[in-house]
Amino acid sequence: MNDLLVANSVSKNFGEFKALNQVSIAVPKGSIFGLLGPNGAGKTTLIRIINQITMPDEGSVLLDGQPLKPEHIRDIGYLPEERGLYKSMKVGEQCLYLAQLKGLSKTEAKSRLKYWFDKLDIGDWWNKKIQELSKGQAQKIQFIVTVLHQPKLLIFDEPFSGFDPINANLIKDEILQLRDEGATVIFSTHRMESVEELCDHIALIHKSNKVLDGKLNDIKRQYKTNTFEVGLESLDREKVISEIQDKFEVLPATFRNLNDDIKLNIKINEQTSPNDLLSFLTSKAQVHHFVEVIPSASDIFIQTVKNNQ
Amino acid sequence: MNHLPLIIKREYLTKVKNKSFIVMTFLSPLIMIALFAVVAYLSQLNNDKERTISILDDTGYLEDVFENTEFTTYTNLNGLSLDDAIALVKEKEDYGLLYIGNASSLNDVSGHVKFYSEESPSLSVISGLERQIEKRLKEKKLELDGVTLTQIEASQTDIEIAQESFDGEKSSKIDNVVKLAFGGAAGYLLFMFIVIYGNMIMRSVIEEKTSRIIEVIISSVKPIQLMMGKIIGTSLAGVTQFVIWVILGGVLLVVVSTIFGIDLTQVQTPQQEMINQAMQADGTQAMAENLITAISNLPLTNLIIAFLFFFIGGYLLYSSLYAAIGAAVDNETDTQQFMLPILMPLILAVYVGVFTVIEDPHGTISTVFSFIPFTSPVVMLMRIPFGVPLWQQALSLLLLLGTFIFAVWFAAKIYRVGILMYGKKPTYKELFKWLKY
Repeated sequence: MNDLLVANSVSKNFGEFKALNQVSIAVPKGSIFGLLGPNGAGKTTLIRIINQITMPDEGSVLLDGQPLKPEHIRDIGYLPEERGLYKSMKVGEQCLYLAQLKGLSKTEAKSRLKYWFDKLDIGDWWNKKIQELSKGQAQKIQFIVTVLHQPKLLIFDEPFSGFDPINANLIKDEILQLRDEGATVIFSTHRMESVEELCDHIALIHKSNKVLDGKLNDIKRQYKTNTFEVGLESLDREKVISEIQDKFEVLPATFRNLNDDIKLNIKINEQTSPNDLLSFLTSKAQVHHFVEVIPSASDIFIQTVKNNQ
Repeated sequence: MNHLPLIIKREYLTKVKNKSFIVMTFLSPLIMIALFAVVAYLSQLNNDKERTISILDDTGYLEDVFENTEFTTYTNLNGLSLDDAIALVKEKEDYGLLYIGNASSLNDVSGHVKFYSEESPSLSVISGLERQIEKRLKEKKLELDGVTLTQIEASQTDIEIAQESFDGEKSSKIDNVVKLAFGGAAGYLLFMFIVIYGNMIMRSVIEEKTSRIIEVIISSVKPIQLMMGKIIGTSLAGVTQFVIWVILGGVLLVVVSTIFGIDLTQVQTPQQEMINQAMQADGTQAMAENLITAISNLPLTNLIIAFLFFFIGGYLLYSSLYAAIGAAVDNETDTQQFMLPILMPLILAVYVGVFTVIEDPHGTISTVFSFIPFTSPVVMLMRIPFGVPLWQQALSLLLLLGTFIFAVWFAAKIYRVGILMYGKKPTYKELFKWLKY
């Protein structure tokens, strides 16, 4: 039982429109799972189904091996993309209310809130109204409310929007810490650099279908093209280039470095090892730069979406 | 997990602690009473105004008809010409001049009566004069035919029909007035309650949408729980406000009327005119007694129980629809197109109540409308004081309950989908589609 959340061929229609078509995902325990996709792909619908806000037309969702039932809302913390708080309510009252809705007792909620308020250094906000806070400050409250009941599964939809870089980092560290303490995180975002930073697993949904999923590293391995970026120094540039071109597939490359080097992307075939390439190159010129080209999450995203147009 | 009490508590406290709610709660009775006092004062002022009316009677028939009253003095200008009389009245700044021109015969007089004045005279003054002239002319004509004044007086008869049902229950006209007052008050109260607090529910749903907290909340509670919590919480706040209004209003009314010595019964409203008419027959002494018997004649237990059930049923039915509207739109300006279908039956109910139930409480129209669920709470509440068979009440209530359950189901569907829809104004067609999601 390694997957905390499993969705089996989930479909959802809104009238004529198919929002999800036979989508299956498996979120391993203790992982950070990136749920990616362009706008309108169906991510939010899937997340809402996991939160039992909408019911799937077909398929089933299992949490910890059990079909979803109303009691499970205690085990899930959800930070929606469209989020807000009651503007005219006081911060403390509001947090208590939302915590109680998640099934915490009032005293329990109070002591946990105190812990979090101290941790994020916002203890003096208790009696302020939400409308007196800035957007980023309100987001902090929202984050606390999401994680307060210590859910097994945390779902963050664009968690960093509205935060400045310092606070975004703070929240990122909190998410990582929660993961280390045993929580499983589903993370939906458009910001690919944070996917790169945080996610172990990803699933890509495009036009209501899942088009890609797996461990991020495995996917990168699938998408890599055995291409190496090299920077060479040689007195006879023409000769070196033509010699390489005879043996390998070569494309021009652009990157920054100190010298006025020959910059190339060299693709090798399956039989050739990187070492073979390197020793070939060292025999021809001075090697300043030698890096395997690994596709970024962003590249994979764009490429997959384009291929599925 | 049942979060209903928690939601009700929050809704109630937010409403009650809201500044404008508090201000309205305490200011409204003040404004109402002040308005009432001003109207009472002004109409009293109007009645108290002393006026002099000059009479120029060229025929001589009407010489001693007009007797001075507390506020009106009549002066005879006999012998003057019309032009002189007008000039004189103008100079004295009298209220006006009643001129009866020379007529060839008694039958001809009616064509020669005129009233001259600076401003157009009040309707009650004119009709008072007309009544007096008519009476005198009638007497004169009868005298011409050989009937004496004593005979005329002897022919006057006062009839009051004593009413009794087959079961031996006695009633009188004043009973009907009391019944109308009770029924009307109950129906109107419900109407006001629905409009004021239904709107409040709608606004609070819209607020949840615009502040975007809704998705956070419904990941914890079922939409229907949230909706019911809102309806009940807001209603409780409404009841609180109403009770404060009634108490405060009552106290203020007593205080104001004693301080200013304004007799509030002087304010002429149509209902009061009816009461007055009904009371003319009974003298004032028997009045209080009659009023008490009339009230005790009412089916009070039935009235109270029916009031509670129909009030709650009707209110819940409409407020769930208000909640659905709130969920369907993004801001208050978009609510207009959906408000009309809700307000129409409500206004219709009040009209039926006011025009038909008064005329014939057990007629076809009244009966039919007291069964149709959207109008039944108001119409039935107005009918019940007149005695409605229990089976009719039960059937109507059953229909109301059935419709209420259907309306909640309907509203919950709209609500569930609508609260997560942003950005565009839905059409009726889309609302219908949401039902199938």
